[in-house]
Amino acid sequence: MSNARNTIIIGSGPAGLTAAIYAARASLAPLVIEGEPSSTSDQPGGQLMLTTEVENFPGWPEGIQGPELMMKFKEQAARFGAEFITEKVTKVDFSQRPFTVWVREQEYKADSVIVATGAQSLMLDLPRESELIGHGVSTCATCDGFFFRGHEIAVVGGGDSAIEEATFLTKFASKVHLIVRRDALRASRIMQQRALENPKIEIVWNSQVTALHGDSSLSGVTLTKTDGSTQELPVTGLFIAIGHKPNTGVFTGVLEMEDSGYLMTRAGSTYTNVEGIFACGDVQDHTYRQAITAAGSGCMAAIDCERWLENQH
Amino acid sequence: MADGIVTLTSSTFDETVAGSSTPVLVDFWAEWCGPCKQIAPILSEIASEQAGKITIAKLNVDDHGDIAGRYNVMSIPTMLVFKDGEIVNKIVGAKSKTALLQDLAPVLD
Repeated sequence: MSNARNTIIIGSGPAGLTAAIYAARASLAPLVIEGEPSSTSDQPGGQLMLTTEVENFPGWPEGIQGPELMMKFKEQAARFGAEFITEKVTKVDFSQRPFTVWVREQEYKADSVIVATGAQSLMLDLPRESELIGHGVSTCATCDGFFFRGHEIAVVGGGDSAIEEATFLTKFASKVHLIVRRDALRASRIMQQRALENPKIEIVWNSQVTALHGDSSLSGVTLTKTDGSTQELPVTGLFIAIGHKPNTGVFTGVLEMEDSGYLMTRAGSTYTNVEGIFACGDVQDHTYRQAITAAGSGCMAAIDCERWLENQH
Repeated sequence: MADGIVTLTSSTFDETVAGSSTPVLVDFWAEWCGPCKQIAPILSEIASEQAGKITIAKLNVDDHGDIAGRYNVMSIPTMLVFKDGEIVNKIVGAKSKTALLQDLAPVLD
């Protein structure tokens, strides 16, 4: 007789919460270990907690604020009986069933686990970067943007997130330099258009940030171009939006993953290399990485999980 | 005052912080800040559980940027802990309830 739960879901972004909705409606009474609040993108609600307007999630023709959208996901999961713990998983043991998941010394057991831990912001890994976080260097435009009212700042990145951050920051900054590594943006056409048309955004092509300057706070950055020349930018704010890395540290040696850390799942499903463990969302997707694709795979994980549990009896 | 949390403005800030017999935690926040919303329910819980030992207050930086500027608040959420009118702790960024209570332990005893 086991006092193990049917299902534990680790993570509470669009993938985890959609899995929670489906698992709850399948009477699995899932426990969602949703993560710990933080100002990076590794927290309850996932990456959308750090954005403002989300315009491409189907169902909201006028757009919706990221945090508001995630609140609705959570309300829906709670309505059908999903339980939540606002903690971060510190250790797992998937070598035997029931599986064990720890939050520090607190142990939780389950017959199945859905991993939906998502991804967090990549950093530039430059000298002084970590000490300057919160002092001019940031990965969260919505957290820190207001401080740069009237300042000249820079955003590093060429995707949709970088342009969204740059556009949001023009509300405060006098000028936003968008530092792009190549000679093209990889963002969607509509976002590229917005960046090009915004008079406060100046795109700096073929450049990478190679040095950070300033004592107690950022006073400037050095850019190195693809032709080897350098340029100094006297910016007091640097927002890093170059992409994400999957949150899989706790699964090292436990679940099969690529060199980049992304979990591997059986093609067309959410099965990992361990029977009874399913993975969904950005933690196993480096191709699409959209809220809607994460939500879709969360649904798949709950269905895969429910059917697998049925087959165990 | 909702769920035991005091809403501060530029004009009520000084008298509330200086005139409080208990330590005051001032949460600098804004509507468009996700992490600020994450800690809001945690601060509500602390406000009711530690009522009488600490006062939890909030200041919207959009509406009252002057106060945020005075204390060099660069990133939100930032929580300043005042005791007898002086800053005794500065907490930057969202964190778990456990971590926050650890930060507040010195003033809660």
